[in-house]
This record gives sequence, structure tokens and C-alpha cells, in this order.
Amino acid sequence: MSLLRVLAVGTLMHVKQLSRSPFEMAIALVVPIVQATLAVYLFRSGGEQHRLLEAAVGAGVMGIWSSVLFGSGGAIQSQRWLGTLEMIMLAPRRPVLVILPITIATGLTGIYALLATLIWGRFLYGIRLDFAHPVAFVVAAVVCVVALGMFGLLLAATFVLMRNANALANTLEYPVWLVSGMLVPITVLPSWTGPIAAVLPTTWGARALREATSGGPVWPSVGVCLGISVLCLALGGLALTYVERRARAAATLALA
Amino acid sequence: MGSDYAIEAEDLRRTYKARTGWLKPKRTEVEAVRGVTFTVGRGELFGLLGPNGAGKTTTIKLLNTLLIPTSGSARVCGFDVESQTREVRRRIGYVFGGDRGLYDRLSALDNLRYFAELYGVAPRDQKRRIAELLDLVGLAGREGERVEGYSRGMRQRLHIARGLLHSPDVLFLDEPSIGVDPVAARELRRTVADLAATGTTVLLTTHYMAEADELCDRIAVIADGRIQALGTPAELRHRADGRRVVEVEAYGVPESAVDALRGLPGVRETAVEARGALQLLTVHSDAHVDVQGDVLRELAGIRLGRVDSREPTLEDAYVAIVSAA
Ligand SMILES: Nc1ncnc2c1ncn2[C@@H]1O[C@H](COP(=O)(O)OP(=O)(O)OP(=O)(O)O)[C@@H](O)[C@H]1O
Ligand SMILES: [Mg+2]
Repeated sequence: MSLLRVLAVGTLMHVKQLSRSPFEMAIALVVPIVQATLAVYLFRSGGEQHRLLEAAVGAGVMGIWSSVLFGSGGAIQSQRWLGTLEMIMLAPRRPVLVILPITIATGLTGIYALLATLIWGRFLYGIRLDFAHPVAFVVAAVVCVVALGMFGLLLAATFVLMRNANALANTLEYPVWLVSGMLVPITVLPSWTGPIAAVLPTTWGARALREATSGGPVWPSVGVCLGISVLCLALGGLALTYVERRARAAATLALA
Repeated sequence: MGSDYAIEAEDLRRTYKARTGWLKPKRTEVEAVRGVTFTVGRGELFGLLGPNGAGKTTTIKLLNTLLIPTSGSARVCGFDVESQTREVRRRIGYVFGGDRGLYDRLSALDNLRYFAELYGVAPRDQKRRIAELLDLVGLAGREGERVEGYSRGMRQRLHIARGLLHSPDVLFLDEPSIGVDPVAARELRRTVADLAATGTTVLLTTHYMAEADELCDRIAVIADGRIQALGTPAELRHRADGRRVVEVEAYGVPESAVDALRGLPGVRETAVEARGALQLLTVHSDAHVDVQGDVLRELAGIRLGRVDSREPTLEDAYVAIVSAA
């Protein structure tokens, strides 16, 4: 109970802090329009009219992923720049309880991209928002955010251990879009991407949302997505404990 | 637990390893703390004084679990700072000087709510505790505004409120009065004294001698990562016994004149402090030698203001200790 409270309050505060950044807001205004447009034209020219909604959803998931990748991957670094890293690590809590709200918050600010893409798609291009399983869609969206938040925790913990994490984050954005089938069906991708896709929670999250949009067994995908993410959470938690100790030894909690 | 001391530091050492240079990386090592040993009793108000870079902040971070000692050990409330981190963190508060370390785009209230939750303040107590603290630091009424619009002193007050949220047993205050106006600084001193009077142990660093003198039960003067002197303010003042201090206000003293003063018979230390247009020369001498005449002779031709010869203060004792280091 009290654990949930810590997570909830933490997430709320970090969503506020993140979403009020002018940079963030500018991106949030522009990107969904671009994504909606992209989705519509890619698929319209392909003659796949009926896939428009699916495409818009896929584009929205890409937005969540970008937000998690950059937000969570850089979470620890950005807290350090703010000077808040020391103060939050001083909490008598496991590091995972301190950092997870931040990474979930990046997922939550990302879901705005999904909503906005759908809304722009509706108004600019008249995409009809008739979901096959509306309730399942909402559940899948929530699971997707939480799952990506947990995946983000693993990114947060591992990226701080790497020197060129920024460069890595940049190179991961598009491949994960592609491999997880957010934009094109996995079936058209080369077969070697299959195993990679299978272990990425993004694949299963995108798949659950797609199934909820155009019909299909949503729950198995939701389950697999959660399962993989919980594993990421466990790994990320362990990594964070190591990272914390290392940072105390190397004096990297604060900017020198 | 049964420990008599709130803080025990035993031969604490901390070396920073840094990499400088990009094309030709060079490893440099800074020995910031070189064997610091002291204890602080429960409810004691202990001051840590020393020049910039002496190792005060490093010592505090070794004690509050933010840094792991290179060697040596320390306990807070009887818990080891390296291995019993969470037990230590439950019992300590940390306030540092400066305007970073807050969530700028959140209100002060949200900042406090967040840290109250994080630091384990019971949910039913949070509202009351936060209101109390806002009142205490004089931010009541402005708690709804975003911190990005706060002045430096207001941020510092918010830091202080945050450090007190969970009513810590041991409070680490690293230059808490930076940027705080004189009236608020006086209130802060009263708050700190009250906390100590009600049983909170306080470890304080400051560059304001008067603050240390007024507040601290005992003071450690640290320089070059080592404790150079430790005692009550009265005991430290004795370090300057046998000295006399001549203070001269002057305008445009050349470096060579200061050097000449240093060479005068009986002179132990000289210091120059710029105060706007004028410079304040402080000359420590043996008490039995009257150097005032010699000093004025050396400064002949330079425009002078007030000239004063007096008994040494805590600040003079501090200068004597630090320059002997
Ligand atoms: N993260 C770091 N990496 C490398 N060197 C550091 C780091 N932090 C401090 N130092 C060095 O360690 C020494 C002690 O620094 P410290 O911050 O403890 O001094 P201080 O007594 O708090 O000084 P001040 O009065 O200026 O706050 C200094 O030489 C400083 O340059
Ligand atoms: Mg310092």
C-alpha cells in the first residue's frame, strides 16, 4: 500500500515536472501531427485504407517509445544535472522505488503522443476511431505505459554505465520502431529480427494495441508484455543497486 | 542503537579520482579528506570550519552516505554509513547551500509533498508537517508558486524545510545560510539552536565565524583534509592567546607592501581582504611586541582609514590555525 503510494506520488510529480518543460511541450504539439500525417500517407498510398486506424495507433506507440527511450535512458543523468539525484538517493528506499516513478512518468507523457495522434488523425484525416475492443484497448494502453516504464528502468540503469549512452539512444529509436512492428507488420521484416522482436516488450505492447484496434486475442499479448517487463524491472532493480553503490564510490551522484 | 554518540568518524579518508583531458586522458587524484577522526554527542551542535576545498563537504557526504570512504569508517546513530545505508538514511537530514537540487517546474508544496513521501513521512502527518515547515521557513502563502520563480534565498529556505520533513535525529547542514538575508539568517540560527536544544544532533559547516561562534558547542577546524584544531569556541579562541591583532583600512596597497609587513619582527600572519574600494589589512603579532608603529611606517604614503589594535576573536584564532596548517 505504502509502496504504491510512493510510486504514485512520485510518478505524478515527475509527470508534472516533465510535461511543463517548454521543449517537451513544443515537441508534444508538433510530433503527433507529423506522425498522424506520416501514418496516413504511408498507408493510403499503399492502398490500405482499412489500416489507417491501426497505423495511427502504431505511430502513437512510436511516440511512447521515443519518450521512454530518451526520457528513461537519460533519467539519471538529468536528475544529476538538476542536482536532485543526491536528494532522491538519500531517501531510505530501494533505488528502484526512487527511479521507477521517473521512467513510468516518461511513458505517461508519451501516451499523450498516442492520444494526440489519434485525435489529429480524426480531425485532419477523418480516421474513424472504431476500435474492435475499446475496453481492451484502454487496458492495453495502460499496460503498455507501465511495461515501457519498467523497460525504461532497465535502460536507465544500464545507460548510466555506458560512456556513449546518448549515441546509443539515438541509434535505438528507429530500429525498435521497426523491429517491434509499430509501423510495418513484423511479417514483412527479415526473419533474423524475429527473436529480437520476441524479447522486446515494445513488440507485445504494440501487438496488444493493434489487436484491440482491429480485432484479435488481446490478452495473451498483454500478458507476455507484462511478463517481459517485470523481468526487466527485476534486472533493472538489481542493476540500479549496483549503479548506486558504484556512484557512491566514484562520486558521480553530484556534478563535480 | 545503544551508542552514546550520534556521529563517530574514524580515520576517514577519501580520494577523488578524476580523468582530465580528452585527447590525452590523464588520471588525477585528489586526497580531499586525509584521516579525519571525531565524535559528536547526541544533541550536540558541532561545527566544521575550514577554507574552500578543505574537505568539509566531502566529510559530510562521507557521513550522510552519499560517498563511500576510501578507507576508515563512520557510524551515525550507531549504524555503519557504508553497509547500513538505509538505517542511516532514515535518521538523517541533509541541507546544502545553493539553488540547485529542487524541481523547478513544481511548486514548493509539490516539492515538499514528493520528498515527504520519499523520506517516509506518514501520510496522515504530511499535511500538518509541511504546513508547519512552510511556516517555519517563512514560505507560507507562496507555496503554490513554481520554484523557478523563487529567489535564491527562498530556494535555500525550501532546502531547509525539505531537510527537516522527516524530523531527522541528525541534521547535516552544509552552508545552509548562503544567500539568506540577515533577518532570515538570524531566524535560521534560532531554528537550528532550537532543534539542538530539543535533542537533534547538528553538524554544520559555515564560513560565517559569528554564526559558528554563536551556535556551536564544539568546532573542528579542517584544512587540507585534516582536523587542525578541535574544541569549544572558547578553547579555540585560546589558540590565538599571546597574539595581538592590528587592523588597518587602506586604499590601494601594493603586493610588495604586504610582503614587507610579513617580514616585520614580531609579525606572525598578515591577511588582505578587499571590501569594495578599501582593503582591510589584518596583521597578527606576538602580544608583547607592539607592531602598530612599524606597520604604519611600512604603509607610509598609502591612503589609510581606520587603524585598530585589538584582542583576537574566534575569527583570528581560525586564521591562526588555518595559516599554521
Ligand atoms: N567530485 C569531485 N571530484 C574530484 N574532486 C573533488 C570532487 N569534489 C570535491 N573535490 C575536491 O576535493 C577537495 C575538497 O572539496 P570539498 O568540496 O570537500 O571542500 P569544502 O571544504 O566543502 O570547500 P568549500 O568551502 O569551498 O565548500 C577539493 O580540492 C575539491 O576540488
Ligand atoms: Mg563545501
